[in-house]
Amino acid sequence: MTGAEIMVRCLMDEGVELVFGYPGGAVLNIYDAIFKQDGFKHILVRHEQAAVHAADGYARSTGKVGVALVTSGPGLTNAVTGIATAYMDSIPLVIISGQVSTPAIGQDAFQEVDAVGITRPCVKHNFLVKDVKNLALTLKKAFYIASTGRPGPVLVDIPKDVTAHLAVYAYPETVTMRSYSAVSKGHSGQIKKAAQMLLDAERPMIYSGGGVILSNASRQLVELVRLLNHPCTNTLMGLGAYPATDRQFVGMLGMHGTYEANMAMQHCDVLLAVGARFDDRVIGSTEHFARESRRIIHIDIDPSSIAKRVKVDVPIVGDVAAVLDEMIKLIKAGQGGKNAVALAAWWTQIEAWRARDCLKFDRESAVIKPQYVVEQLWNVTQGDAYVTTDVGQHQMWAAQFYKFDQPRRWITSGGLGTMGFGLPAALGVQLAHPGKQVACVTGESSIQMCIQELSTCLQYHAPIKVVNLNNRYMGMVRQWQEFFYGNRYAESYMDSLPDFVKLAEAYGHVGMKIEHPGDVEGALREAFALKDRLVFMDFITDQTENVFPMVPNGAGISEMILAEEL
Amino acid sequence: MRHIISLLMENESGALSRVAGLFSARGYNIESLTVAPTEDATLSRMTIVTSGSEEVIEQIVKQLNKLIDVVKVLDLSEGSHIERELMLVKVRAFGKDREEMKRMADIFRGNIIDVTERTYTIEVTGPGSKLDAFIEAIDPVAILETVRTGASGIGRGERILKL
Ligand SMILES: Cc1cc2nc3c(=O)[nH]c(=O)nc-3n(C[C@H](O)[C@H](O)[C@H](O)COP(=O)(O)OP(=O)(O)OC[C@H]3O[C@@H](n4cnc5c(N)ncnc54)[C@H](O)[C@@H]3O)c2cc1C
Ligand SMILES: Cc1ncc(C[n+]2csc(CCOP(=O)(O)OP(=O)(O)O)c2C)c(N)n1
Ligand SMILES: [Mg+2]
Repeated sequence: MTGAEIMVRCLMDEGVELVFGYPGGAVLNIYDAIFKQDGFKHILVRHEQAAVHAADGYARSTGKVGVALVTSGPGLTNAVTGIATAYMDSIPLVIISGQVSTPAIGQDAFQEVDAVGITRPCVKHNFLVKDVKNLALTLKKAFYIASTGRPGPVLVDIPKDVTAHLAVYAYPETVTMRSYSAVSKGHSGQIKKAAQMLLDAERPMIYSGGGVILSNASRQLVELVRLLNHPCTNTLMGLGAYPATDRQFVGMLGMHGTYEANMAMQHCDVLLAVGARFDDRVIGSTEHFARESRRIIHIDIDPSSIAKRVKVDVPIVGDVAAVLDEMIKLIKAGQGGKNAVALAAWWTQIEAWRARDCLKFDRESAVIKPQYVVEQLWNVTQGDAYVTTDVGQHQMWAAQFYKFDQPRRWITSGGLGTMGFGLPAALGVQLAHPGKQVACVTGESSIQMCIQELSTCLQYHAPIKVVNLNNRYMGMVRQWQEFFYGNRYAESYMDSLPDFVKLAEAYGHVGMKIEHPGDVEGALREAFALKDRLVFMDFITDQTENVFPMVPNGAGISEMILAEEL
Repeated sequence: MRHIISLLMENESGALSRVAGLFSARGYNIESLTVAPTEDATLSRMTIVTSGSEEVIEQIVKQLNKLIDVVKVLDLSEGSHIERELMLVKVRAFGKDREEMKRMADIFRGNIIDVTERTYTIEVTGPGSKLDAFIEAIDPVAILETVRTGASGIGRGERILKL
């Protein structure tokens, strides 16, 4: 078989269903082999960045490895933003890029870039395949590395001549690497110590993140939290791991987290961090955080996430699901309850914090409040939609007001914060889940960064509902300028906006413009009733609304600006 | 604090740039870095001299371990170990300097490995501090050129870094 045929067979044997890609000179042999097969479907995007985001949306919503295919040179460089986005959020992807033929490498050949060099800092690993004999094994390794341990994107760069060379095809069943192995079980002694600490805690807090979702450990997290009757918060990446409508959930924490979550985080005496990495947008100033003494248990599969930004008392390196299974057993068998009085008092305190109702907004407003739109989106979809977002204020309102009760429903770029992510990610999600409700909550600025994918959505019948919270501003930028730059709104307005209704129609979709609060719910119902059409809803929202609470950059997590204080 | 870290990694093209890239991307110091294949040609051994607080060193070791091509990492400074570095110094050696240079090389157990009428090239091996001391000891204007390999390190006795 040729290298191109081998590559295609590898994807089939790996069980790949969808490949998001864009052709070009260096991958023509591969595309020819794709043409001749019917094991997987190729989705032709309109920009390589979108190919990677779509594969990423597919991966986040299914837990499987997403696959993208791009050509050399500009194809690869266009893909880099997508790759870095996946890397920051630990999403398993395999990206295949074409490369110029091996003899031409290093000659400044047409469409040559050093793909391995450019992507090195934003991939879990990458490979340049110089010999067709290594192709199948390399692809096997790529899928193995991407999906095990702390997941991440893996790039396989294949020179054009390698796709033409011949080799005997054999796809390895398994792969072992002396330099890489993924731990799963945690240290039993540490888990025991942690279980006792949790049972003895007086002011406990369970802080869970994207690792719980990546580990498919939502069931275990819920069981543990209920068993202990502890409060639980999720990071932006962890939303849905614990049901947001549950009483023990105190909301998201962090820069735009709830008052109760941030206060409980600061004042707890025992903190269980599960699959979360103490990001700067989560705990704010580490010095301020360290001012209150608390003991910290940290479960993470990546040792380098532990003790990176804060000191940890009980580190547990392992897979969340395996560690929590063991911990739950110990807690069920353990002696607790001595702290019942203290725990009850802690809950009273938390309820008092919660009573400040930090997410309240003006419900009488004559202009549409963005929070209200998200609330109605939740209402109309009965909390059951997959929601992707772009980056900005709309992203935070989606996180705060769409109450996710299940994991893998919330698809957002947290670590890199990539504008342009939402629409292509929604495409990947919708193709992975035909017939399911998929919404893309976006802003008028972000949506324009990958708007061309409306065309792909038409071609592949992806009936996404685009919820454009149109405030005519790069709202998040404007908010910082209002708070920290004396209202000098440097270049954060959006002038000359397109008519989004006509634009949607030009792409063959349904467009709607909604200007009055009274029309919000009706419009959403109408849109979701159009089950096989993409509907672009342009909600003209309050231009000056801000996201609260807000922890200013570098401040302590409990030093929040609340809505009423302004 | 100064640390000397040893590691074994796959002898693949690009492996060195992964390590170098890690140090520059994360802002870690590199005082020196040496690398060469081991008796097993598929493995390279690298010695990195770095410095940082305990927390930074802990992160460096973890991040190195995380690189897919890295097979094993050992912070040599955590136990007893030996360090050696090789230096070649070309010095001006004529007139009364000639005798003096020979004497200094002998004191430091250096070898004169190249001789011309006007120059000596002296080879000195030892821990970095000894090489520093040699440089200190000779007249700076006499030094024409120096080249150092950076430290190589190995654990003492049964402390072995092997697969
Ligand atoms: C505009 C904007 C505002 C933001 N505001 C906030 C905010 O207010 N609050 C907030 O929380 N975030 C916010 N973020 C997101 C923030 O930047 C980080 O992306 C996010 O907080 C990181 O989430 P995490 O700690 O859950 O880690 P993730 O990035 O999800 O990392 C997952 C962790 O789990 C580990 N892990 C992976 N798999 C496993 C496994 N199987 N077992 C065990 N461990 C595993 C990984 O090693 C890693 O340490 C914001 C982002 C943007 C763009
Ligand atoms: C690719 C990219 N460029 C710039 C930024 C910086 N940025 C963060 S939010 C934002 C504004 C987003 O505006 P919009 O999409 O309208 O959302 P809003 O905040 O108004 O809801 C910008 C420019 C980014 N996150 N990503
Ligand atoms: Mg906007």
